[in-house]
Amino acid sequence: MNIASPSTGWFARLRDGLRRTKEGILRPFEELLRRGKVDEEFFAELEAVLLQADVGPATTEKLLGRLKERVARERLVEAEVLKEALATEVLALFSSCRADLDLSARGVVYLVVGVNGVGKTTTAAKMAAHMRKEGIGVLLVAADTFRAAAIEQLETWGARLGVEVIRHGPGADPAAVAFDGLAAARARGYENVIVDTAGRLHTKANLLEELRKVRRVVEAGLDGRRLCSLLVLDATTGQNALHQAQVFREVVGTGAAVLTKLDGTAKGGVAIALVDRIGLPIALVGVGEGIEDLREFVPEEFVAALFGA
Amino acid sequence: MFSSLSERLQEIFRRLRGKGRLSEADVDAALREVRLAFLEADVNYLVVKDFIARVRARAVGKEILESLTPAQQVIKIVHEELTTIMGRAEAKLDRAAVPPSTVMLVGLQGSGKTTTAGKLGLYLRKQGRGVLLVAADLRRPAAVKQLQVLGEDIGLPVYVGTARDPVAVCREGVAEAGRRGLDYVLLDTAGRLHVDEELMAELEEIKAAVRPVEILLVADAMTGQDAVNVAKTFHERLGLTGAILTKLDSDTRGGAALSIRAVTGAPIKFAGVGEKLEQFEVFHPERIAARILGMGDVLSLIEQAQRTLDQKKARTVLTHLRRDEYTLEDFLTQLQEMRKMGPFDQLLAMLPGGMAKGLKGLRFDEKEFVHLEAIIRSMTPDERRRPQIIDGSRRRRIARGSGTTVQQVNRLLQQFEESKRLMRQLTEASRFGRGGRFPFGL
Ligand SMILES: Nc1nc2c(ncn2[C@@H]2O[C@H](COP(=O)(O)OP(=O)(O)OP(=O)(O)O)[C@@H](O)[C@H]2O)c(=O)[nH]1
Ligand SMILES: [Mg+2]
Repeated sequence: MNIASPSTGWFARLRDGLRRTKEGILRPFEELLRRGKVDEEFFAELEAVLLQADVGPATTEKLLGRLKERVARERLVEAEVLKEALATEVLALFSSCRADLDLSARGVVYLVVGVNGVGKTTTAAKMAAHMRKEGIGVLLVAADTFRAAAIEQLETWGARLGVEVIRHGPGADPAAVAFDGLAAARARGYENVIVDTAGRLHTKANLLEELRKVRRVVEAGLDGRRLCSLLVLDATTGQNALHQAQVFREVVGTGAAVLTKLDGTAKGGVAIALVDRIGLPIALVGVGEGIEDLREFVPEEFVAALFGA
Repeated sequence: MFSSLSERLQEIFRRLRGKGRLSEADVDAALREVRLAFLEADVNYLVVKDFIARVRARAVGKEILESLTPAQQVIKIVHEELTTIMGRAEAKLDRAAVPPSTVMLVGLQGSGKTTTAGKLGLYLRKQGRGVLLVAADLRRPAAVKQLQVLGEDIGLPVYVGTARDPVAVCREGVAEAGRRGLDYVLLDTAGRLHVDEELMAELEEIKAAVRPVEILLVADAMTGQDAVNVAKTFHERLGLTGAILTKLDSDTRGGAALSIRAVTGAPIKFAGVGEKLEQFEVFHPERIAARILGMGDVLSLIEQAQRTLDQKKARTVLTHLRRDEYTLEDFLTQLQEMRKMGPFDQLLAMLPGGMAKGLKGLRFDEKEFVHLEAIIRSMTPDERRRPQIIDGSRRRRIARGSGTTVQQVNRLLQQFEESKRLMRQLTEASRFGRGGRFPFGL
């Protein structure tokens, strides 16, 4: 897959986004570097930087612990060297947990899930746009039958992209829509299918049960295709993303996550906590509302943008 | 893996209460835990820092060292500081001297503005107000249609302009509400990033054009550290009069509430607590503070119960409970009423930490409910009144009669006992809740 063009690479956009923040992660880092020397205060400030990026207290403590060990072992004193060491530690976390997702692959059914308003429908449309461009036959399935005008929202995208949308009426059984979607894909020879589902909180047992049913129906109708459940997470979300990941993974067997809204000022440090504590890798990132604003998640670029390498 | 904030604080304070007197080191140890809990709750780093410093300044020193009950003093100070930030009183929606009162809803993408417009509209309509909804989100596909559908559901008119410019749509919408002699006009604006210069300028234009009495930031309760940047920028550009917290029915510890309040000083006025349009309530700051401290939101629970429950039935159950005559009939009535109130997990989340923990096994879903009902219906009246007489052979008979298994019957009887215990605790909890007292005797 290659959806990161150099000029508008999400790395650049992300870095711009970070620069915009007053308490951006770069600034404190640069200040830290100016201090030059590594002492207790250096670590306290480093902690502040990580916490403010939503890395979360547990993963922050773990990273700082490892860093302190290295400082003692390798007698590091230069702040600059230490920053590199930290980047290495974070990359080690990411490389132990990589996403196995290729948007240019054929024969895949994507089940797009997540809590309300995170960007599921937009992400589904962005994915479909990418596949269209690659010449892959793709079908969108409007399995959000709950939210007002959710079907129309997906249909609008479908019409703009020239992608067929399978739909039922509002209030219909989402599993039945998914069933029809897969049948239509079989009948009309579409290679990929993207199922957009209703936003639901991970605390609603009955709605999760409904999602389980959709998954079962999709699994039964795969017809040789591969199922890829994608959890959409909003980069603005704090540590609650970990709960979401835990629950959704159990319900739909999520293989990877999409981190949206990275064009804002949220640093998305929760991505680090996700691999560290849940073992859920990020596959894609959303960097805007436009149809093109979807990028592959590249840990090296993310870490570089986060730490201003 | 994730212990709740209130459970954590209870644990810390239990340790503190075990001691007679507090040293400076004790206070610091406790505050380290408080800090960690707050950070895990997504309270902004700087807000936490400030909070801890303030509590420490008050806790370490005379007040603590000379006090006879130092542990209680620390708890009290933490609670007071929390309440100071969150504010004490419920904030009311402002009204314009000359109607219509214009309310602008603003916020990031996906924070829940459109749904909130519907919810607030319904809330005002129920108070007998005339309301017009204005569809000013011309960016997201089908956003206008979404508001139209909501308006139809709750019987409120929706203004859909012909202009392609949201400023014009808002201006026309407000004029329309004036012509119709309505009390409130709610502007559903498009979601936007606080750093999007062009779109933020557009909001300023709307503000200048319609002079709203309320500009409310609609924010997701699950927001992390960035909540301060978002709230601060929206506040600087528009002068927020308040905020509405959405998705509070999630299991978030809601640190964003504290962050938003701390950086803007604007009160949180309402909270969205479910996907249904009536799941919307006035925000009670002191209850949130109490909930964080581990009291559970007992007051909210009672209020919600009063709104939805059949009062006569509820009273009967309570009377039985007091006289220790709580039966399986009462249990069934309660289950039926609870089903009306919404997801059980949500009710659990409102209870104090310890109580919720004991009840985790009591979760049930719709399917299970059908079984529970069938089991109880297969019992004789005598069995329902005196469950202790249900022996092995009766259990087998009940299982056969209800099309369930003996294990399911056993489980139901266990759940009945759990429920009885909970109901007793709850009636006790509501007693100190009403009296405004804390469980730890403040
Ligand atoms: N800035 C920005 N906005 C985004 C991004 N992805 C989605 N959005 C916006 O977020 C809002 C919500 O997106 P939707 O795709 O409707 O979210 P959803 O998860 O389908 O929402 P529900 O179906 O209501 O649960 C829309 O206004 C999108 O334009 C992103 O990467 N960046
Ligand atoms: Mg959607």
